[in-house]
Amino acid sequence: MKPGSLVQNAVLPRYRAEVAYLRGLAAWRPAEYVFWIAPVLLYFLLPKQLVLFSQVAIMGLFAISLDLILGYAGVISLGHAAFFGLGGYAAGILAQQGWGEPLSGLAFGGLAAGVLGFATSFLVLRGSDLTRLMVTLGISLMLFELANKMRWLTGGADGLQGVEIWPLFGVWRFDLYGRTAYCYSIVVLFLSFLIIRRIVHSPFGLALRGIRENGRRMPALGTPVARRLVAVYTIGAIFAGVAGALLTETTQFVSLDVLSFDKSAEALLVVVLGGAGTLYGGVVGALALIVAQYLLSGLTPEYWQFWTGIAFIALVFFARGGILGLASRMVAVLRRISGVA
Amino acid sequence: MTATLETRGLFMHFGGLTVTNDVNLAIERGARQALIGANGAGKTTLVNLLTGALTPTAGRVILDGVDITGEPQHRRVARGLVRTFQVNQLFPGMSPLEATALAVAQRQGATARWWRSLASHSAVIEEAAALLDRLGLLDCAHEQTGALPYGRQRLLEIGLALALEPSVLLLDEPAAGVPEGESAELFATLAELPRSVTVLLIEHDMDLVFRFAERITVLVDGAILVEGPPAQISADPRVREVYLGEAQHG
Repeated sequence: MKPGSLVQNAVLPRYRAEVAYLRGLAAWRPAEYVFWIAPVLLYFLLPKQLVLFSQVAIMGLFAISLDLILGYAGVISLGHAAFFGLGGYAAGILAQQGWGEPLSGLAFGGLAAGVLGFATSFLVLRGSDLTRLMVTLGISLMLFELANKMRWLTGGADGLQGVEIWPLFGVWRFDLYGRTAYCYSIVVLFLSFLIIRRIVHSPFGLALRGIRENGRRMPALGTPVARRLVAVYTIGAIFAGVAGALLTETTQFVSLDVLSFDKSAEALLVVVLGGAGTLYGGVVGALALIVAQYLLSGLTPEYWQFWTGIAFIALVFFARGGILGLASRMVAVLRRISGVA
Repeated sequence: MTATLETRGLFMHFGGLTVTNDVNLAIERGARQALIGANGAGKTTLVNLLTGALTPTAGRVILDGVDITGEPQHRRVARGLVRTFQVNQLFPGMSPLEATALAVAQRQGATARWWRSLASHSAVIEEAAALLDRLGLLDCAHEQTGALPYGRQRLLEIGLALALEPSVLLLDEPAAGVPEGESAELFATLAELPRSVTVLLIEHDMDLVFRFAERITVLVDGAILVEGPPAQISADPRVREVYLGEAQHG
């Protein structure tokens, strides 16, 4: 230690325990392995429901992209569908114009959404949650109306016709049973998840948490808060765009739905339902919402929204932290009981 | 000796109110200077002007000969001008180790890195742990900051600033709210700071001021009333009248 230095800079083997502890926090847990084996099992156990589970994967990715900006950076958005929809239309229009290669379509969707995300991020930098809600909502409404009016490009209210997606890697056709679509969606979700998981466990991710928990302290730590927010908002937009492109490619169709306010609200709902700031909450919430919709609409075709509405209210009142928050509290209780016994 | 932090003709108006009135401050390198003044004398506003949280209506702020008046907060921190807050500004959901690692990572310019995990930055974590150890906070390194006793949170508040290796440290009432029994650790930490760190202490607690400071600046109604060594300040009749007289009653 040099005299006058505040902190020792040499390697300090004394603190290996602290390093190991943080490494443990970021390590993969058994439950996570189980989580990612489940989709493989689903493929064999419920082969008739693959279309439904593709929707879950796509909604899950969309929700995770929102969780990154909402649950980690604390930026609330009511217009995240702008990026989902733009990605969807970008991939759709590319395919309609004659380039139906799925992977490049996905990249194109992500890129288009990322450019819009970067451009509009400067509008959400400043201001309170309320201004952010209005700005994000405004941007998505504008985009919706633009897509509605530009019929020559988007097909307007009829949706985009003639989207033809080529076989994946030139081998696997997008079949009627949705097998290719399912595998493709799950793999894209998993790879995107790996990247986003790395992001939230990085020093950048820690700075995002810092911004959410105390935005006032961050500049005093020397963090350029605006630059970090621009980065995370753009990354969130890219993955939302990828999710939108995935929807277009697996359904070979895009309609104005993808840009609607409902879609933004649904993403927000899914994140809160599953548990914000957990990443997995996005997929769990999407699973809960889509499966509940499927089951309830079978039981009571007219009233399913009524029952989902009740379920949401119950959940925010009785299960703070969403489904995952509830699950982790139950695990803690079980551990305590078994520990006492 | 030369001044490291200076202000020249600094003014701050809020509407018709003059909160900072022609402040010319020159803090020498390695100084232990205190800034005292009654409530509403404009101490915290002055800190905000120095750190860039506020932009002055007129005047200059100069750090090591460089005019930093127009620079945002985070860039001043990168230059070594670091502050602590009168009211703790911590990260309640983080552990002290995570928060300190965040500060160390920021100093090393690592918070733009998203492709490597924090856990793989061993040097950052070890440095953060060493700092917590020095502050006596290592035993609660993994606890939730928000659940720690106030005195420990107060130490962490200063720890986060130290993790940035400041050349000029502005301490905004570091002892505020700390119970008597817990303040000894805090004073010891401040007394141990090396001379390479210039310290400006903004404080109400006269005990701490006279124990720590070698030079005292008295602020009254946003203007500097007098500046000098503690003996001169405590003997100054004007100071006794406007400030010390009141403090002795309390």
